[in-house]
Amino acid sequence: MTRDTLQDAGGGSDGQSESQSQTQTQSQARSGRPAEAAGESPQERRAALLRDYRPLKGVADELMDAAGNIRPVWKPFLEELSRLSPEDLSRSTARGSQYLSDAGVFFRHYGPDSQEEREWPLAHLPLLIDSEDWSRIASGLVERADLLERVMADFYGDNSLAAQGIIPPEVVADNPEWLRPLVGVRPASGHYLHMLAFDIGRGPNGKWWVLGDRAQAPSGAGFALETRMATARSFADIMSRTHVMRLAGFFRSFRDALLGLRAEPDSRVSILTPGPLNDTYFEHAYIARYLGFLLVQGEDLVIRDGQLMVHTVGGLQPVSVLWRRLDSAWLDPLELREDSQIGTPGILGALRSGRLTMINAPGSGVLETRALMAFIPRIARTWLGRDLAIPNIATWWCGQKNAREYVKANAARMTIDTALSTSLPFDHGPDVIIGGKRADGSAIDPEWIERQGGALAAQEIISLSTAPALDGDKLTARPMSLRVILARTKEGWQVMPGGFARIGHSAESADISVQRGGSVSDVWVVAPEMPQDDTLLAASDGRDRLTRHAALPVRTAENMFWLGRYTERVEHKIRLLRAYHLRLAENGQAGLPLTDYLAENLKFMGVDVAEPMPSGLKLDMQSAMASAGRVRDRFSSDGWNALTDLTRTAEQVGPLLLPGDDVARAMSVLLRKISGFTGLVHENMYHGTGWQFLALGRAIERSWATSGMLQIFTAPWAPEGAYEAAIEVGDAVMTHRHRFSRITRDSVLDMLLLDDANPRSILSQLNEILSHLTRLETLPSTSGRPHVTGIRREVMKLQVELSVAEADAIPFDRLSEIATATAEFSDLLADAYLR
Amino acid sequence: MLYSITLRISYKYDSPAEVGRHVLRVLPLEIPGQQNVLSAELTCDPQPSETCTRRDFFGNTCTEISYRENQERTEFTMRAQVRRHQPEGIFDVSSRRPGFRAELSSQMALGPLSPYHFLPASPRVPDHDGIARWAADVADGADTAFATVDAICRALHRDMTFDPTATLVDTPVAEAFALRRGVCQDFTHIAICALRSLGIPAGYVSGFLRTLPPEGQARLEGADAMHAWVRAWCGKDMGWVEFDPTNAVLAGDDHVVIAHGRDYFDVAPVKGALRIAGGQSTRQAVDMISIEDPSWA
Repeated sequence: MTRDTLQDAGGGSDGQSESQSQTQTQSQARSGRPAEAAGESPQERRAALLRDYRPLKGVADELMDAAGNIRPVWKPFLEELSRLSPEDLSRSTARGSQYLSDAGVFFRHYGPDSQEEREWPLAHLPLLIDSEDWSRIASGLVERADLLERVMADFYGDNSLAAQGIIPPEVVADNPEWLRPLVGVRPASGHYLHMLAFDIGRGPNGKWWVLGDRAQAPSGAGFALETRMATARSFADIMSRTHVMRLAGFFRSFRDALLGLRAEPDSRVSILTPGPLNDTYFEHAYIARYLGFLLVQGEDLVIRDGQLMVHTVGGLQPVSVLWRRLDSAWLDPLELREDSQIGTPGILGALRSGRLTMINAPGSGVLETRALMAFIPRIARTWLGRDLAIPNIATWWCGQKNAREYVKANAARMTIDTALSTSLPFDHGPDVIIGGKRADGSAIDPEWIERQGGALAAQEIISLSTAPALDGDKLTARPMSLRVILARTKEGWQVMPGGFARIGHSAESADISVQRGGSVSDVWVVAPEMPQDDTLLAASDGRDRLTRHAALPVRTAENMFWLGRYTERVEHKIRLLRAYHLRLAENGQAGLPLTDYLAENLKFMGVDVAEPMPSGLKLDMQSAMASAGRVRDRFSSDGWNALTDLTRTAEQVGPLLLPGDDVARAMSVLLRKISGFTGLVHENMYHGTGWQFLALGRAIERSWATSGMLQIFTAPWAPEGAYEAAIEVGDAVMTHRHRFSRITRDSVLDMLLLDDANPRSILSQLNEILSHLTRLETLPSTSGRPHVTGIRREVMKLQVELSVAEADAIPFDRLSEIATATAEFSDLLADAYLR
Repeated sequence: MLYSITLRISYKYDSPAEVGRHVLRVLPLEIPGQQNVLSAELTCDPQPSETCTRRDFFGNTCTEISYRENQERTEFTMRAQVRRHQPEGIFDVSSRRPGFRAELSSQMALGPLSPYHFLPASPRVPDHDGIARWAADVADGADTAFATVDAICRALHRDMTFDPTATLVDTPVAEAFALRRGVCQDFTHIAICALRSLGIPAGYVSGFLRTLPPEGQARLEGADAMHAWVRAWCGKDMGWVEFDPTNAVLAGDDHVVIAHGRDYFDVAPVKGALRIAGGQSTRQAVDMISIEDPSWA
């Protein structure tokens, strides 16, 4: 059984090690217990940390200079690290991992036949960079960003670079990322690029090189933030004494910049995601939640008279800034990929009409082309009259004879791969040639390079600098690269003071791909003085209130609604199953009429009591998970974890259970867990529009399930003990005992149908539905919703009837009519708010 | 020659469909020296909620329409009067194949007529080894670009059978080539693929063709369909040449152009996203009458 607990060196059962670790963590947090107590002096500990640290010859190292001296920026950190005992250190790193696990940080890994979610591979130790070194990086990358903006404007303008022979026309015309429908479309904001990321590495001479430009829809900002949070959990004390530049100011500037790009103050900024199956969906949801922007998918959007609109529960609302996390080709099935199911037909028209700004302008993926790097130095010299401060790694496009000859002669120190690929230099395709050899070790034929010509580009292999990584309780030198993120604000490009570093998984291999086992470090830019403390929450001008009444996309509302329904359905089934197995435990397999009756009705609900953990129950749990997964931006990680825990528990204990008492007890455990989830959701979640739909889902499901149950359990033919079972499943045993001396049909109906003081009665559900509808009716609507909606009318009819009814005046037939009426609430709600 | 042309494309849906947004490329192109559009209008029935007209990258006229209500049927009707000029006698002044590549390299600007758009694989015409081998075989001995285009188009006419039942609008090139059967779209796609494999930039032309009824029979109204042919770049002196591989003729005054593109993807007459529960049926009718020639009136 795997548990998300702290790592612990000691053995023992899971329960023990968990509690042990927690106590130790607490004592650590209080005292920062020095390593001396463990018997080792900081000096000895420092020596032990560095004992096996060996930078490779001819490779720069972040920690040590060429003479083997620790660089000044690392000295205080290393001192601090040396005061931690190996146990302290392992607990520190465990806290970081625990944070990521609690926060649910993941990226999706695409395997040949799976799309598993993987935890973000935190390398724990931060990478320290001196702020002076950093400001050189920052100004160099701003220079590059400005150049890329001009290249983009040229590609989507008059293509003077090609016409003047500065770049070969094929590099543009053959490029699948160069999108002809966007040629001539000027961005409304005046700029094509608003967010860029660069992967940079340090070469043997200590100088930085750009390894790759990310311009399509750069990811990493959210992961950088989470990596920072996790590392701060690990080394809170050290961080507080180190002058680490904060990240929040960067995000605030970018958020303000996006808000400033809106055409009208009442239009919205939204983040467009391809959906939950995308590899960086977590980041989309996280950033949306962090910045307070609406997270939308293509199907949520529609174009009306050249304006982009989002379908919300209050009708169509304008969107004038769209931060797309979707690759350009999928944006518009009318003009780009026809098979795109995740785009919005006509969205390019909204760009042409000048009423939409996209971050970045579609077609920006062309800037990521490998072969383009061969021409960037020349473009810089032509346009700027100088070389860029931070060059990209040397690149040759094999479509030109001179370059091709050079590549053939020097293939031993190059990688050769697809020219028009947009992959990063360390993310090669299967046909890559490294150092003149194919993946299977065979040498390449120069004739092949000649034949392939312009399909190939070669890049110089550079030895990336190494940085310290933790290997057990020692430091080891691993190759690394940095991802640096830039955002355009009113003041021009801003560079996130940090970001993250990719750390290779072995010293020998320069393979730093996270997908293939590399890990990720926080980057600490260390200033000489303590930087201003600065969080996103601290700033508060009037605009922050904008997000309070944020519109809810219809798709999100639907998922919230179904999440409410499915969790309630799961709870109801668990209660019925427990009632069944309790009776089985009391009476054995004797085939009591009541147990058979229960089994038969469960079967009608898709639950087979012969299975200890029925698949009909697990299916509902999975449906709840699926709905929740689609609205992860709306959820706290606690809520998500509670739901995950419920599903996992059901999977794990299921196969071990025996019918009767065993299953009954397991159902009680599940019931506590699902109550934990509903408790979190109903007590802690902000009661915004999304929550109203979740609560409506629960109330509608409960009114429907309870009316169905009453119909069955109070039927004239129901067996002996059915009344008691109904009261038990309705969770009203104690109250019933107080209020009634004996159980009758009338007492059951009174408790579960008519008593508005019983939170599980149908009348209570109707009251609750009406109060949620009252809240929804205050929402501004553009869809011409009628004054009295169908759902309100039908719910009120029933509510008025039940408010004044007496139990003995409700015949059996009326119960079945009530069940039918409640079954229609879902559609009526959808008619009013979800179409 | 002056033509009066009517194109009618209609859709019927089994159940009311979310027709949404469509892009239509059905209005004939004004091409100085080749064809003049005297009048052209497009009507959509029912009337769309939004209509907007613009030009695409290749200069074709696009009409973007959108419906907010679900529809049981839609009908698009285009009526135009177009004057098409008979091209002057064509002389092969195209470049010789050995020097062709160098001549191409001198054409660096990337405007809509740039041959560079028409050399790489495009959405509906991927590279195909079998077609490339066939093309190399056919073009053996053709020593100029124009002679190569001519050889490829005539060979296609010889090797392929015109068969409207063999392929559909989305049949891949490879499949039509394997069958050696198809309609003008298939002929054109295979020609494009073959010419590109030989290093000759080639694209797709959509339009109308006046068909002559069999002798002694009356012309049937609406019997025609939309047509397609190929456009190839034959060097900087000769430029673009249009050839109709389905009929093994140079495009002349029987051919009226609607749109130019890399392949059918760029010029499809109706493109749109549709959400529909049941099935749909579509009908296309073209009526092309020569106004000046009394024998057809």
